[in-house]
Amino acid sequence: MRRPALGAAAAAVLLAALPARITAQQLAATPPVTPPVTPPAASAPVAPESPQVAQGRYLSILGDCEGCHDRPGGAPYSGGFPLPTPFGTIYSANLTQDRDTGIGAWSADDFWNAMHNGIRKDGAKLYPAFPYPYFTHITRAESDALYAYFKTIAPVSYRPPPNKLPFPLNIRLLVTFWNLLYFKPDNAPQATPAGGQHIVQGLGHCGACHTPKTFLGGDKAGHELEGGKLDNWFAPELTADPRRGLGAWSTPDVAEYLKTGRNMRANASASMADVIHFSTSHMTDADLAAIGDYLRGHPSHAAAPATPAPDPRVMAAGQAIYVDECAACHAVDGKAQPTYFPPLPGAAVTQSVDPTTLLRFILSGTQTVATDARPTPLSMPSYGWKLDDAQVAAVATYVRNSWGNAAPAVSPADVARLRRKVARTPVQKPSAAI
Amino acid sequence: MATKLPPVDAVLVGFGWTGAIMAQELTEAGLNVLALERGDWRDTPTDFSPAYAQDELRYYWRHELFQRLNHDTLTIRNKASETALPMRQLGSFLLGSGVGGAGVHWNGQVWRFLPSDFKARSHNLQRYGKAAIPDDMTIQDYPVTYDDLEPHFDKFEYLCGVSGKAGNLKGVIQPGGDPFEGPRQREYPNPPLDMPYGPTLFGKAAAELGRHPFPHPAANCSRPYTNPLGVQLGQCTYCGFCEKYACGNYSKASAQTTILPVLMRKPNFTLKTNSEVTKVNLSADGKTATGVTYIDDKGQAFEQPAELVILSAYILHNVRLLLLSGIGKPYDPATGQGVVGKNYAYQITSSVNVFFDDKILNPFVGAGALGTIINDFNGDNFDHSGLGFIGGGYVGVLQTGARPIETHNTPTGAPAWGAAWKTAIARDYLKTASVATHGAVMSHRGNYLDLDPTYKDALGRPLLRMTFDFTDNEHRMSDYLTDRAAEIAKAMGGREIKANPRKGSWDVVPYQTTHNTGGAIMGDDPKTSFTNRYLQSWDVPNLFVLGATAFPQNAGYNPTGTVAALTYYAADAIRTRYLKASHQPLVPA
Repeated sequence: MRRPALGAAAAAVLLAALPARITAQQLAATPPVTPPVTPPAASAPVAPESPQVAQGRYLSILGDCEGCHDRPGGAPYSGGFPLPTPFGTIYSANLTQDRDTGIGAWSADDFWNAMHNGIRKDGAKLYPAFPYPYFTHITRAESDALYAYFKTIAPVSYRPPPNKLPFPLNIRLLVTFWNLLYFKPDNAPQATPAGGQHIVQGLGHCGACHTPKTFLGGDKAGHELEGGKLDNWFAPELTADPRRGLGAWSTPDVAEYLKTGRNMRANASASMADVIHFSTSHMTDADLAAIGDYLRGHPSHAAAPATPAPDPRVMAAGQAIYVDECAACHAVDGKAQPTYFPPLPGAAVTQSVDPTTLLRFILSGTQTVATDARPTPLSMPSYGWKLDDAQVAAVATYVRNSWGNAAPAVSPADVARLRRKVARTPVQKPSAAI
Repeated sequence: MATKLPPVDAVLVGFGWTGAIMAQELTEAGLNVLALERGDWRDTPTDFSPAYAQDELRYYWRHELFQRLNHDTLTIRNKASETALPMRQLGSFLLGSGVGGAGVHWNGQVWRFLPSDFKARSHNLQRYGKAAIPDDMTIQDYPVTYDDLEPHFDKFEYLCGVSGKAGNLKGVIQPGGDPFEGPRQREYPNPPLDMPYGPTLFGKAAAELGRHPFPHPAANCSRPYTNPLGVQLGQCTYCGFCEKYACGNYSKASAQTTILPVLMRKPNFTLKTNSEVTKVNLSADGKTATGVTYIDDKGQAFEQPAELVILSAYILHNVRLLLLSGIGKPYDPATGQGVVGKNYAYQITSSVNVFFDDKILNPFVGAGALGTIINDFNGDNFDHSGLGFIGGGYVGVLQTGARPIETHNTPTGAPAWGAAWKTAIARDYLKTASVATHGAVMSHRGNYLDLDPTYKDALGRPLLRMTFDFTDNEHRMSDYLTDRAAEIAKAMGGREIKANPRKGSWDVVPYQTTHNTGGAIMGDDPKTSFTNRYLQSWDVPNLFVLGATAFPQNAGYNPTGTVAALTYYAADAIRTRYLKASHQPLVPA
């Protein structure tokens, strides 16, 4: 995913959460001009891939490596992708085989040390933007397979820009203290990795977004996958909770969502679009099912929020706005057009305690990820230019508390705060003069 | 000096319906395809957002989706003895520009021409004798038959997710459908749209008069639909903003909602927008197209070599580009010789309003092709003996949305302005239905396209000149349709009706229909047609010209279904035959 797993660490002050990154390109649809014509792949003879390299290639998909290590316009894996954090920007590393700027000079032990211990070849501590607290769960054989795969990536000489972190966050030694608090190398990774847990907690690093964070940016112990807030998005719970999580989903629901970017219950967009584009849409059906099984069995420890009945005047205002602006796609009864436009009853995004993602969809719009299986980037437009804070709050409160949904009301102040953070130019273009 | 670019396998000039269809087909065949579009990139969420897509002032009255006439227009006259003047405002037809072309602001009316429409000359000669076709009526048979095109009509209907009811399945007439249509191999992909009150009243009245009403086939999806390419279209919301607007709900078929999500992902496809082709370049002997020259939005010229050149712009641009490139012999109305610009045709429309006192019709509920139609008087579905014309058209109530600025039907005798006018509108807006007629225009010797001798566009190129008028055949036919419409209108049981027949010469000012046809027609003989049956130029075999440009004359139906079917037909010939014998004519001249 295009998101640092953790923030840069520092001694006293530290990390909250790390921002998701949603690019303009992802919000806009297909770009107007495709890359220059390249001939269809010539049928030049290619040496067959060794089983170890093939395994490593697949593991790189599980780990969504390209999600962070590609930058727009750059060669794959050449790094330089800016990962914005509340404290500054961290640039992803060049993973190509260039000896000076990439990892061409690394040994398999060096690679393992990075994956397992978060330590670079030169001995420096890696910032936990690189999600080694999750990658530490992979086996040495998996690390070696990944290493073998990266050995096949042609060298690209490119040095990512230096990180933009203020003092004292730029002192890597401080990561040592962070590691003491939040990182424990897994000294007994499963010998025979199998099952969804190994993917979810390991290479998949789902918790990087979906687990709530401490004020220092570490995972809150005992609350794995109970939903996380990052960069003005709320990544919903991936637990068995029926309202805020996946309790109502079947395993095939989860698999279809991860494979195609949509299912009868939800459409994937925003940061999850990247994860699906680079990673989950390329996973095997068996792995997707394993992920689904694991997540659906993962209990939630979050206390159910108090959901007092909302102010009827707010609900009436919200309903009026909903019928005018939302019902065309989502239908008056909220049931929408599943796999086209997502239904709202029962949806986690409408009922999460933290309404950030719902509000952001309303303010800024969003776009369903296009996949090979489902190539249409069905989109929701921005209403931030059209609805004021009270109107957004009212319609959000209405969808959170209609059709059997129940979630805390949203206040205009909540909307105003988010609007300041994600302010966008109105999408509407000026009328062209004739 | 133009910068010469690396060659591509195929270059497409214009990127609307035909360009997108052909690009999809040729990239499937493995070709490197480049499409050049003079207008902007446009897509649903960023350009047609449902948060503001229903803006009548912005899109219709201020023409945001249409061609900018201060950049490029055409000159117009009714007959050769007049001096043509530039069309400075859009009126009778609404030219498109930008990705998706006019297929963005169309209604979604998807028809198949009748089997007899493809044999307009031989069929009418056989049934009515030589006298039925005046000497100056230059109609020709299409070089293809309905049966040739049937699988390709079908392919387009399934691409779009057309909502309708078959009337003729493999020769068996189906209740509820159009009994006059040619046989189709299978049902429409989606059921008809829900029918509002006005069209329902029309259907009832028409049936009582012995006519055969049925729901208009609509490229407005009656339910969520995933087409054979895997592209998803949403369910129509009857918002009433199809006609002249873009759809914000992914419900109206367009290149954007049916093909581009798949096409734009292909590595062997490239689209360049804001790239206006100025010329098709030829080899020294004039027998091979070497590519095209285009100008980008910075005014820089590029030469784009290509193995295959395909004109896929609107018909007026296709014809003009041929004339500007010196391809084919320009048509001369004095001698009847030449083919480029020949047989320009159009359509003729009229209407009859029905005003009710006691029925609320909610005309603001609408979709582009939502309505009830009869084809009893289309084509040669009725006996023309003694009527003094050939051809016909459909009659029906189409409820496209009655946008408030545009729609103010008032009965005979109501004042045209002031308080009483407003009172009449307020009284009648919800209670008025309009029975429309939509008739064919045959081709005539004096109706044609050429280059204007005086006026030039922003790039200094001569404008296209259109010389066109309705003839007696059209007026008689349209009056006949108007009378039939009035019969049904009366039977609908309103307070009063008001007929709005089409009288006099063709007038460019009021909107009529964007169904311009001809100018580089298809045929069996290089002396009387520009392309062969595969839309391949007789003179330059690696040049294909798509679109209604190929129609030898117009029919009484909206053209897009036939345009798309011909495009698929040509694409199939290119894929299965032309590419195996490059640069060879598919039909011996």
